[in-house]
Amino acid sequence: MTAKLTGLLRRDLALAYRQKAELMQPLIFFLIVISLFPLGVGPGPQTLQKIGPGVIWVAVLLSSLLGMERLFRDDFNDGWLEQMMLSGLPLSLVVLIKVAAHWLTCILPLLLVSPLLALFLNLTPPMYQALLLSLLLGTPLLSLVGATGVALTLGLQRGGVLLSLLLLPLLVPLLIFATSAVDAAALQLSYNGQLAIIGALFLLALALTPLATAHALRVSQN
Amino acid sequence: MWKWLHPYAKTEQAYRLCSTLLPWFAVASLLCLIPGLIWGLAYAPADYQQGDSFRIIYLHVPSAILSMGAYSAMAVAAFIGLVWQIRSADMAVAAIAPVGAVMTFIALFTGAAWGKPMWGTWWVWDARLTSELILLFLYLGVIALYQSFEDKQQGSKAAGIMALVGVVNLPIIHYSVEWWNTLHQGATITKFGKPSIAPDMLWPLLLCLAGLAFVVGALSLYRLQTEMLRRELHRPWVQKLAGGNSDAV
Amino acid sequence: MSQLCVNNLACIKRDRLLFDAVCFSLQAGDILHLQGPNGAGKTSLLRILVGLSEPQSGSVQWHGAPISQDRAAYHRQLIYFGHKPGVNLALSARENLRYWCDLQGVAQPLDIYSLLDSLGLVGLEDLPASQLSAGQQRRIGLARLWLKSARLWVLDEPFTALDRHAVTLLKQRMQMHLGEGGMIVLTSHQSLEWAGQLKTLHLEYRI
Repeated sequence: MTAKLTGLLRRDLALAYRQKAELMQPLIFFLIVISLFPLGVGPGPQTLQKIGPGVIWVAVLLSSLLGMERLFRDDFNDGWLEQMMLSGLPLSLVVLIKVAAHWLTCILPLLLVSPLLALFLNLTPPMYQALLLSLLLGTPLLSLVGATGVALTLGLQRGGVLLSLLLLPLLVPLLIFATSAVDAAALQLSYNGQLAIIGALFLLALALTPLATAHALRVSQN
Repeated sequence: MWKWLHPYAKTEQAYRLCSTLLPWFAVASLLCLIPGLIWGLAYAPADYQQGDSFRIIYLHVPSAILSMGAYSAMAVAAFIGLVWQIRSADMAVAAIAPVGAVMTFIALFTGAAWGKPMWGTWWVWDARLTSELILLFLYLGVIALYQSFEDKQQGSKAAGIMALVGVVNLPIIHYSVEWWNTLHQGATITKFGKPSIAPDMLWPLLLCLAGLAFVVGALSLYRLQTEMLRRELHRPWVQKLAGGNSDAV
Repeated sequence: MSQLCVNNLACIKRDRLLFDAVCFSLQAGDILHLQGPNGAGKTSLLRILVGLSEPQSGSVQWHGAPISQDRAAYHRQLIYFGHKPGVNLALSARENLRYWCDLQGVAQPLDIYSLLDSLGLVGLEDLPASQLSAGQQRRIGLARLWLKSARLWVLDEPFTALDRHAVTLLKQRMQMHLGEGGMIVLTSHQSLEWAGQLKTLHLEYRI
């Protein structure tokens, strides 16, 4: 079974490598959105520092939604999803592998460019550290919940806008705790509590969303 | 499977049950809501701080409670549909969602209208209003998902999963928003939920709550019936029902 | 005892009854040709048969037990070639087959080139599948019939977009499979010229 699962992971990584250009687009969108804010609200370092955490997290949510459909859309359209469902593997494990591959290929690049944001939005080093930790814990949660949303909208010809509509309200707690962690870091306060809550949410999602996603995938096949 | 639930797995039986319950719900809602509103709006004592403007709670509080109640009912229906594969439960999800959304909207609207005299502005990012707003978004998501599917059977199943995901998330959203609110606003805005409320105010409030609950129930039942008829249009039992009616007319 | 047994299947799609009371059973060496006009529910029946979707009522039994009892065991004995071939357009023929073998847990044969050769895919094996013709893409999907040994093949329109050479090749492979005691359920719009015994099941279009 492990061999089957690593085979799946390898396939998704190979596919991502083949479609590099497509993966770059959300990343560039992310950078553009971030640089719109100084243009919109003015370049004052104090203002930027104040709105920075919120802006970054909102931009992360929006740009990750852009590439979210990649999770299952192609597999659904070309019939690979059927083959996965008939492979004898538990579907929720397949979902976990898909989510892991998605996180590695679509979300990790966002984390890699994040030092740039610290410069753009005038974040202090402690703030950046908090931001990075919140991203590390929070974005897997984003991928997990996103997978459920994508699976739910698979049966539709176009699920793009609807997907955001379904997912964004669900991600409100993540936004609140993540930005508050960075805010706390700005005030030199401890932000372990916020991180612990995000971690707990992540574990909850890890336990529940693969089941929900697997079920939604089955519904999409009906 | 629950023995008593089983007969209603058949849509036809569920339809009959709805037909039996609907008049009772309609009458009960009128019996509770009319006296409750008259009592609350005209006879109950005015609040010593807020004057008459507080009377909006006779609509605001019940609708806010029911917006959550309807969501729970929807989630229960979704759960039943998911676990026991009962078609009429899936339909119930689609039937309840718009009713719940309307309740949420009423709660938001009355909350905003109450905010105008109290806080001097229509909208305040108060914890309860904010969670209510997100609840409305969740409702809209479920409705939009259902509406987008051409295949309503698939759509109602998807909407059911969404409702369940939402109900797990709802307490998390609620507490995170509350926490966010205290963080950003401190205790400048006092809560309205008073530990003690005068019995003269409580009784009409309870009546209004019960009345509105029956309204929600009646509307949901009515929508569920419509949904059943529309979805099973080609089934013999609907044909027979339609045939019987046209004979009577 | 028959190996695959279908009892009283009914299917409702978009609130329309596609079929009901569908019964058949297959023994080793049987081939069933599913016929019927577009929209009669052939694909839906195949999808129920492999366990992708649930019937409204009725059951599919494999060796006497419902398939939902041990899906993994059933799927090990099954190859499904669907309406959508399951070939990723960004990957090459060789990669597509390799990842499918990984997924099914079967070893990729050493002489994959001779297989690709007989399917007319040599020289194209490293091109992304998007650059191949529709028939070539479907041939990639059909190559699976040579890669995994399974008792039951469920094939949805396997002859679509294939040239005459490929059709002959596929038929030979199917004969061989039946000779080894395999079973086949397939749909096909063309009437099937078949040397051996052919069971047929006709689905009507209902309103």
